[in-house]
Amino acid sequence: MSAALELSGLTKSFGKAEIIRGVDLSIGKGERHAIIGPNGAGKSTLFNLITGRFAQTAGTISLHGRNLAGLEPYQINRMGLSRSFQITNIFPAMTVFENVRCSLLWSMGYKYSFWNLVSRSKALTEGAEQILEQINLTARRNLPAGVLSYAEQRALEIGITIAGGADVIMLDEPTAGMSHSETDYIVELIRKVTENKTLIMVEHDMGVVFGLADYISVLVYGEIIATGRPEEVRGNAKVQEAYLGEALEDEH
Amino acid sequence: MSDTAKTTASPQRAGAMSLTLGPWIVAALLLLVLPFIFDNNSSITIMNQMWITVIFALAYNMLLGQGGMLSFGHAVYMGMGGFLCMHVMNYVEDFGIALPLPVLPLFGGLFGMGFAMLIGAISTSGAGTRFAMISLGVGELVAACSVIIVAFFGGEEGISGDRTYGLPFFGIEFLKQIEVYYLISFWLMLSAALMYLFSRTPVGRMANAVRDNPERAQFLGYSSRWVRFYSFMASGFFCGIAGGLFAINYEILTEENLNTSSSGIILLVTFLGGVGFFFGPIIGAIAFTLLQTVLSLKTELWAFYAGALFLATVMYFPGGLAGLIMMHVPAFKFRNAGKLVMPYVKTLIPGLITVLGIAALVEMIFHYRHASVGDDEMTIFWTTFDSHSVVPWVIVTVITAIASYITKTTAPDLKEAWGDANTPPTTGGDA
Repeated sequence: MSAALELSGLTKSFGKAEIIRGVDLSIGKGERHAIIGPNGAGKSTLFNLITGRFAQTAGTISLHGRNLAGLEPYQINRMGLSRSFQITNIFPAMTVFENVRCSLLWSMGYKYSFWNLVSRSKALTEGAEQILEQINLTARRNLPAGVLSYAEQRALEIGITIAGGADVIMLDEPTAGMSHSETDYIVELIRKVTENKTLIMVEHDMGVVFGLADYISVLVYGEIIATGRPEEVRGNAKVQEAYLGEALEDEH
Repeated sequence: MSDTAKTTASPQRAGAMSLTLGPWIVAALLLLVLPFIFDNNSSITIMNQMWITVIFALAYNMLLGQGGMLSFGHAVYMGMGGFLCMHVMNYVEDFGIALPLPVLPLFGGLFGMGFAMLIGAISTSGAGTRFAMISLGVGELVAACSVIIVAFFGGEEGISGDRTYGLPFFGIEFLKQIEVYYLISFWLMLSAALMYLFSRTPVGRMANAVRDNPERAQFLGYSSRWVRFYSFMASGFFCGIAGGLFAINYEILTEENLNTSSSGIILLVTFLGGVGFFFGPIIGAIAFTLLQTVLSLKTELWAFYAGALFLATVMYFPGGLAGLIMMHVPAFKFRNAGKLVMPYVKTLIPGLITVLGIAALVEMIFHYRHASVGDDEMTIFWTTFDSHSVVPWVIVTVITAIASYITKTTAPDLKEAWGDANTPPTTGGDA
């Protein structure tokens, strides 16, 4: 299995503070990989490095074998990597339908065209409606996205993230701030929409992590202290000590 | 992906985003008929100015409303287009080139677009303060250049020409205002339609997305910068068209067409009309041109009232006049609009009297302070009186105070009626 995403010797410093301290990680195609770790471990920073939001200080990131150094987020996105954000990041003033349709434009080849009318494209309309169906927001179609409930906005964000047909999906705390039933709903949704895709997610809810992930990496103070199958990670003494013992206790 | 889309066979919703032709046909008919209703020359002059401002304001709103870019120097693109057209017009005259006048604005558009591409290349990397400051700087720079590069801008007196020296276009020489009116109307319909269609294209839709959340747009495969750049370019094109029409209509362009005060006015016009709706700037341009032309005949203080209106819009109706109109849509939808009529009459008539009363006081103070010595007589609202005697002051003050009091006491009822009218009919009672 060739790697969808490969990090080697990845480092990121903000001034003197070294947030990511030499991360090596290989995520295979079709894998569901969760990154866990205590607050401030650098999980979100790692996401921001991979997606081109920040530039790394040292090391390389490659997507399907191609080095991402110096690429802008939109270029990385066009290579088939899409992400969601920890804090809901949608287009609040646009309708739900419009949100989804905008996220389809590039992948459907419309680019910056000003000679096509979006409403005339059947493929675009149907594609957006299909995504809405998948994320159960068909009924909310014509509402401004900003008025949706929190869980619905999170679902919409996942919809936007997967709409472009990217094969590597990165979700940053998709269930943060959700009730139990909402979490179940989102987990089901994630499972459904990321089928046959590579999923990389940061998540605090251990129930979600162990239920969804094929592999887990534990990030502590900018270093990955363990990577492996859920049961291996659960049994790892170092992980128990650094993080998981505490986190699992919190669950109960 | 497209295969699965076909198999699900969801019904296509044609009505949801279809392009309704109705308003466009009405607009075209109005443009055709208006000169027969207002057929004196001064009305046609006002309408010419109005339609040019409409194009300019719509082009400006491509940035402000649709792209979220606040430009303080947009008169530059209109002015540049205008100056170029003026030169082309003179060139046609001097060398007898067979260039029909109606296509002249196209040159202005292309030149405006070219200049917008030049400036946009540096300014569109962000939409915030940096963009606004660059636009302001470029505006000042070009305005300053107008006295330096005399060959192009003609120095202080500007450059002028004569639109009638070209070849007649199907026998039309554009000697008469009415001929120019129809030329402007043609370009107005064409530009407005193209700008509307632009907002419905992928890049136009993404302009909205970038306005709302530039970062998210980046993670959808779009460079925010390029999206802004294309909007800027298109806006420059239509500004240039407006400039070309200005050149044809006035046959003179000066520094005034480029400077920051002209840029400020178009911001005011667009905001007054409402940036949130496509037709907002149209209303703004019409309202402002009327204020500028009709009101300025009545009072020297028209700019003061225009400023006050702008302030009131910003503070109380950030959606502008278009927002104010669209606010009433739910009430009509619920068939509750009738409930608003009486409360409106009760509040808005005294409200109007209050505003007019305050305006009268402003005029009286102005007359008292600035009229030449011995000129004590003044006329407002068809009434002539002595501005130095106490009685008119007392009368106006009392009327204004009473009207303001009535407005204030009836306002809560209006508010209640408003809430009532905007409640869906299933829950609202007959009371």
